[in-house]
Amino acid sequence: MMRSAMMISVCTAGLAAWLVTTTPAAAFLAYVSNEKSNTVSVIDTETWSVIATIKVGQRPRGIDLTHDGKSVLVAVGDDDTVQVIDVATRKVIDSLPSGPDPELFVQNAAGTILYVANENDNTVTVIDIDKRARIGDVQVGVEPEGMAISPDGKVLINTSETTNMAHFIDTTTREIVANVLVDARPRYAEFKRDGSELWVSSEIGGTVSVIDPVKRVVIHKIGFEIAGLRREAIQPVGIGMTKDAKLAFIALGPANRIAVVDVATRKVLKYLLVGQRVWHVAFTPDEKYLLTTNGVSNDVSVIDVAAQKVIKTIQVGELPWGVAMARP
Amino acid sequence: MEAARKLAARSAFIIADLPAPALLRVADALRDSDVTLFNIGASDDRLREADCRANVVHIAPTRAMLADALAQYLVWKQWKRWLLVSGSHDSDKLEADAYRRAAARFGAKIVQERVFEDTGGARRTDSGVTLIQRQIPVFTQQAPAYDVLIAADENEVFASYLPYRTWDARPVAGSAGLRPTSWDAAQDQWGAVQLQNRFMKLNARRMTALDMQAWLAARMIGEAAARTHSGDGKTMRAFLKSPEFSIAGFKGQRLTLRDWNLQLRQPILLVDGRMVVSVSPQEGFLHQVSELDTLGIDRPESKCRLR
Repeated sequence: MMRSAMMISVCTAGLAAWLVTTTPAAAFLAYVSNEKSNTVSVIDTETWSVIATIKVGQRPRGIDLTHDGKSVLVAVGDDDTVQVIDVATRKVIDSLPSGPDPELFVQNAAGTILYVANENDNTVTVIDIDKRARIGDVQVGVEPEGMAISPDGKVLINTSETTNMAHFIDTTTREIVANVLVDARPRYAEFKRDGSELWVSSEIGGTVSVIDPVKRVVIHKIGFEIAGLRREAIQPVGIGMTKDAKLAFIALGPANRIAVVDVATRKVLKYLLVGQRVWHVAFTPDEKYLLTTNGVSNDVSVIDVAAQKVIKTIQVGELPWGVAMARP
Repeated sequence: MEAARKLAARSAFIIADLPAPALLRVADALRDSDVTLFNIGASDDRLREADCRANVVHIAPTRAMLADALAQYLVWKQWKRWLLVSGSHDSDKLEADAYRRAAARFGAKIVQERVFEDTGGARRTDSGVTLIQRQIPVFTQQAPAYDVLIAADENEVFASYLPYRTWDARPVAGSAGLRPTSWDAAQDQWGAVQLQNRFMKLNARRMTALDMQAWLAARMIGEAAARTHSGDGKTMRAFLKSPEFSIAGFKGQRLTLRDWNLQLRQPILLVDGRMVVSVSPQEGFLHQVSELDTLGIDRPESKCRLR
């Protein structure tokens, strides 16, 4: 046992050294929630390998880091809570009082308040992160999922999968101020960094709606066509947009592809083949790489953003769903 | 008929759970109105074929769709030799027809057919188990080599007696064992668990295939109103029939209408009563328009001319 373990560590060290010399990327840590394994895989972006696996509650999906970088928050739907993982010890140290079946969440700019979409009771829960206390609820449509907050912090967006709407919630009054109808089963919402556009993916509708957040109307719908694939297989979910708002990467679910979209013209430039049933995406902080979670093939694809190429596949736990990125 | 006319006077949409002859009578009586009927109960293929009607939208899957869904899975499993046992009622015979068609379509072989006569009698009797345990092995003995027994028993006369009681140790599918259906309470994929929870909370019972078909019809009406911003029957019907229409039904992909006969395209679940074993269409069954059209009678074979 000792011998083989040493052999492996020597090999990994050798591989790591080789990678360092060829790809001088800064090292970050990616946290991947594995929906079926009830674990979070920690990936080192220097070696592109899983360096730790953290046991969490049941059905982990939405995942993010607190703004101080000290904790990873993960929504564990079947345990009806959001767990807090200590980054240093890689252990669950606490939990936050969400509603039943939390799925996705978003933090305010200060990182003090967490807004959680609870899939099972049609509410968004407002949580004070430091006090670990529930400070409010907002009634939304049926099966809330996607969450986004406007860059000015004034508007919270929640998408409800069965009502098919993006709900605009005033963060001060916690009241819905507008509802925008989008295509079927909206799953994810993302603001352009300057706040001028809101993008909402519709999984069953097969489109991404571009919404004018001031007028609160859909101004464009991005469609996807892939030769040899039926329309039904194209199911947009996760969206990642570069900080300069030039490129968007949209995960197309069972189409097993990421669509690379030119944000200005809203045209699809390219489709990148990744693993099976791709759910969500996250950039490394330097935006050199994009990681995608591939639910059915149980792996993570690494995309070189500049080259727009898939460069690596990393095996993780079963049914990887969400991904969040941290500086080590 | 009277009830249908009264409903038609008040509403542009009627959700109907009627047998085929009654559904056709209602459809023809309302032919000149703007009323749309949603057929949620009748699985007869003829309602989508020679007897199709322009004012009837079909939510219920047809016998051919259900049989094809099961056949694809059995063929994928390489269980291609079938012993077909059908009931003696007319609808059982139609179901058996659907399995014969499916076998020919997907390359399975029906090695022998048997008929289980419905001779009447009570279903629930003391010492019933003892009797059934003696009857079914005898009924299924001396069959040619087969992989799976397919039961076509829409009237639920005998199929549930078959599993674990056949002469040969073989799985049962069709009306018992592995059943093709539009919905099952065990379905929890693609967000369905939330729908199941809501249904249970509201009705204190589990959601059946018929419940799902009714829910989908209501959801289609709601979707048409939301998308057209209209409550006008004609406008909504035009939207439902347009290529823009699609609906989310907790089945992992959008559901659309076959424009040639107004049948809802849908994946079919294969269930055993506790689990969703698989969902058809199966991987590898390809189609130039929609893989969902590998289930049931396709456009080129269709006898339907909508009027």
